[in-house]
Amino acid sequence: MSAPTLSRRALIAAGGAASGLLLSRRAFAASKAKLRIGLLLPYSGTYAALGNNITEGMKLAAREHDGKLGGREIEWVAVDDESDPAKAPANVNKLVIGEKVDVLTGPVHSGVAMAMMQIVRQENTLTIVTNAGAQAVTGSLCAPHVFRTSFSNWQTSHPCADVVLKDGRKKAVLMFWNYSFGQESMAAFKEGYAKGGGSIVKEIPVPFPSTEFQAHLSEIAALKPDAVFVFFAGAGAAKFVKDYAAAGLRDKVPLYGSGFLTEGVLSAQGQAAEGVKTTLHYADSLDNPTNHRFREAFKKATSREADVYAVAGYDTVNVLAQALARVQGDTSARKDLIAAIESVRVDSPRGPFRFSKAHNPVQNVYLRQVKAGREVVLGVAQKDAEDPASGCAMAT
Amino acid sequence: MRLPRRVAFALLAFAAALLLLPLGGDRFWIQFAGKAMISCIFAVSLDLLVGYGGMVSLAHAAFFGLAGYLLAGLSNGLGISSFVLTLPLCLLGATAAALAIGWLSLRTSGAYFVMVTLAFTEMLFHVFNEAPGLGGSDGVFVSARPFAGRTAPYYAIWIALVAVFVLLQRAVQAPFGRVLVGIRLNEPRMRSLGYATRRYKLLAFVLGGAIAGLSGYLDAALYGFVNPAQLGWRQSGLVLVTVLLGGKGTLYGPMLGALLLAVLGQFAERITEYWSALIGSVAIAAVLFVPAGLAGLLRGSRG
Amino acid sequence: MTLSLFALQILNGVESGLLLFLVASGLTLIFGVLGVLNFAHGAFYMLGAYVAYWISERTGSFLAAVLIGLPVMVGLGWLIEKLAISRLYARDHLAQVLLTYGLVLVLNDLSRALFGSEVHGVATPAALSGTVALGEAQTWPVYRAFTSLACLGVAVAIRQVLLHTRFGMRVRAGAVNGEMVEALGIDVRRLLSILFAAGAGLAALAGMLAAPLTTVYPGIGDGVLIVSFVVVVIGGIGSVKGAFLGAMLVGLADTFGKVLLPGLSGAIVYAVMAAVLLFRPRGLFGEPAEAR
Repeated sequence: MSAPTLSRRALIAAGGAASGLLLSRRAFAASKAKLRIGLLLPYSGTYAALGNNITEGMKLAAREHDGKLGGREIEWVAVDDESDPAKAPANVNKLVIGEKVDVLTGPVHSGVAMAMMQIVRQENTLTIVTNAGAQAVTGSLCAPHVFRTSFSNWQTSHPCADVVLKDGRKKAVLMFWNYSFGQESMAAFKEGYAKGGGSIVKEIPVPFPSTEFQAHLSEIAALKPDAVFVFFAGAGAAKFVKDYAAAGLRDKVPLYGSGFLTEGVLSAQGQAAEGVKTTLHYADSLDNPTNHRFREAFKKATSREADVYAVAGYDTVNVLAQALARVQGDTSARKDLIAAIESVRVDSPRGPFRFSKAHNPVQNVYLRQVKAGREVVLGVAQKDAEDPASGCAMAT
Repeated sequence: MRLPRRVAFALLAFAAALLLLPLGGDRFWIQFAGKAMISCIFAVSLDLLVGYGGMVSLAHAAFFGLAGYLLAGLSNGLGISSFVLTLPLCLLGATAAALAIGWLSLRTSGAYFVMVTLAFTEMLFHVFNEAPGLGGSDGVFVSARPFAGRTAPYYAIWIALVAVFVLLQRAVQAPFGRVLVGIRLNEPRMRSLGYATRRYKLLAFVLGGAIAGLSGYLDAALYGFVNPAQLGWRQSGLVLVTVLLGGKGTLYGPMLGALLLAVLGQFAERITEYWSALIGSVAIAAVLFVPAGLAGLLRGSRG
Repeated sequence: MTLSLFALQILNGVESGLLLFLVASGLTLIFGVLGVLNFAHGAFYMLGAYVAYWISERTGSFLAAVLIGLPVMVGLGWLIEKLAISRLYARDHLAQVLLTYGLVLVLNDLSRALFGSEVHGVATPAALSGTVALGEAQTWPVYRAFTSLACLGVAVAIRQVLLHTRFGMRVRAGAVNGEMVEALGIDVRRLLSILFAAGAGLAALAGMLAAPLTTVYPGIGDGVLIVSFVVVVIGGIGSVKGAFLGAMLVGLADTFGKVLLPGLSGAIVYAVMAAVLLFRPRGLFGEPAEAR
């Protein structure tokens, strides 16, 4: 009988243990080493276009700073989060614990953001949320090392309640993707709407990312409300608006929503989107020099039109540039870096904004309407809207 | 069906290596090993059903996810998080579910059985995905975990894996295991010999389901996060691939399969962004060319 | 719920059921006659949708997409049967599940590689883009009426083929007793190849028709597949009549479930299936003989 030989599995196990030891002994980077920026974004699925535009916005700003922030060259580390909260812990771990990024940015999906928040709070990772609007990020889960450059769900939905009421519409139906973003948007809208005397006829949740709307649209037509307020984004939003028109509702029941309903998908929606009113902290046609410059540069670099998602990416890198300059690129000087970010005044294509105590942007929310295929700004729905940040210790 | 000496020795070496890993390993790899061990437990439990019992069940992921959600419910809703209380309760929940689903599913056979188990796991997926108050598609966080710190959950998993493997080895070598194999090979004959075949199958189904629940419980304890996607048919399909890949009917084979897939999943993303296709091709190749799996290969190569 | 809304939801339910029937009919025959548990069936649906998107993008004509795409998909089905499925006839369920599951993973990534992972919209053909008024409050998209009629037409055609042609007779015989068919000297291999290719074509056609309604992205086949399995099991493996009834049942349960029980709509379909199987373990019209 031959001597017992090592099975392959034991060899793999030994190899794994050895490489694990090696990795842990890797010398930690000195401050002039590359600045590793983690991108936790969707590059596939219904939100892929959003992930791509955020990335392009970030890269555009990076180029404007010659690829260096605080004197350190940028190294991008991207992970496709597939907008899947189930895979989020593994993906975040990959960036934070495996790749040990200096700054974590992203994600798009609020569910992914919640999973991310649990981990970055434990690991004390400097994090800038570039899209996900979940209230808890700058609310009950707020933390000194977490900032957001995009928006909170409240900011993009609450002001719309006043808009609908001002249009004289007191009976509304709500329809939304049934995950945290949709739920929070509806809660924010309901709060403002009820205060103004409006009543909700029916709430229609749709499982994410399903786009089977037909049965619900028939329901809405039968209910005959004054208005319909929705949350959908990306490809789902494109389909919804088209289906809404195909069901004959566009001209019968006015459609309202947070701006994600039309952002980035207006051309896909075509005529179907005509007349839709939305509230958002940005609009393509905002008339300020930063916006014009930004849009032109973005178009030149990507042959696509910029949108609110690209703006967040653009502003994120600009924020980092300003703050890192103040600490000479030293990401380990955490307290000073945080103070620097907090005091940044961002000259954004959306207009200037600053961070609230809870680290959420304090910004204007605009009322937009689609006219002749373009997003026209009708006015400011709410000036200097600040997210209530309920449950955040830093905000009190 | 005793373990060959070489395999037993390799398993011992492997267990020892895993035991020592937290002492010097990188955090990332410790978590990776923990996750891999959980997958091993999950896969081994399915082997009892598939490899020994001949029951192709697509409901296995349901027990994994259910136990995790129970932990989340106990911890978040009732404030109970000690492992002394939560472990038995979650196991009980998974066992009860396995009993119910097994009893209903075993009323059918053959392809219908596969379909019914698929239906049950999808039903549970939709309930957790859409019913209000259960967290929805974003999943739920476990507020207080049963094992504190970083190494405690790891060792809990290690102990569980060793215990499960020993338990199942005993079970398949006992008369119970032999009857089960007999049922798989020729159920009418076993019935004519006087065995209550449905009862044996149900017992195997419940035992496997309970262990699957154990792995789900540990997973929720390790990551602190449960999600409806853990309950769906894709998860069930993946663990089935694991069992086949590793070599069904051997118990240690599926562990090999789980390890291989874990390593593959870790590195495949660097090789290609189409790593799903890679796993799919591996599954196809396994079915067509290596039906006995890795365990079969290893046996053959030492022939 | 008013009577007119009720009627409209029945219409919605029937429409989704008819599309489902197209997918399920192929699946039940492949299952019943070939004895293969085919998890890749949904992939044909997805590929059909992609082909419709790709061709209509380039030619601007949805009709062209269907006319060109359908033969392509049937050919693809034939190819896959020859290369992969035929090796499964003698194998057990585990092998079938796993090989076809592997096939799904490969085909999903293949579409990602060929068409990208963004979600694509397919424009409804201009001639069918209007709405039909039903009563004073409700309208229904013309395109949905079109797909319903198309599916009904296909259903009638399938019935004709099965009941009134020699090929159909052999298929029906094969569904009941495959060995006997072979013993009678009929070229079973060719029968199986044609049947599989036809089943794939039906699924692909459903995908093409549904593309403007559902948008196109990798993985749209998965949801359809599971529900089709439910339909097949409810109706009875191998029975096209059962598939039709099952599809109607599922379509209606799903539509009404969405409207009446929004939190549980997804689970309802499976509850229906469990209920049917408890009383009739072989499905509504399943063969009482030993299931494959």
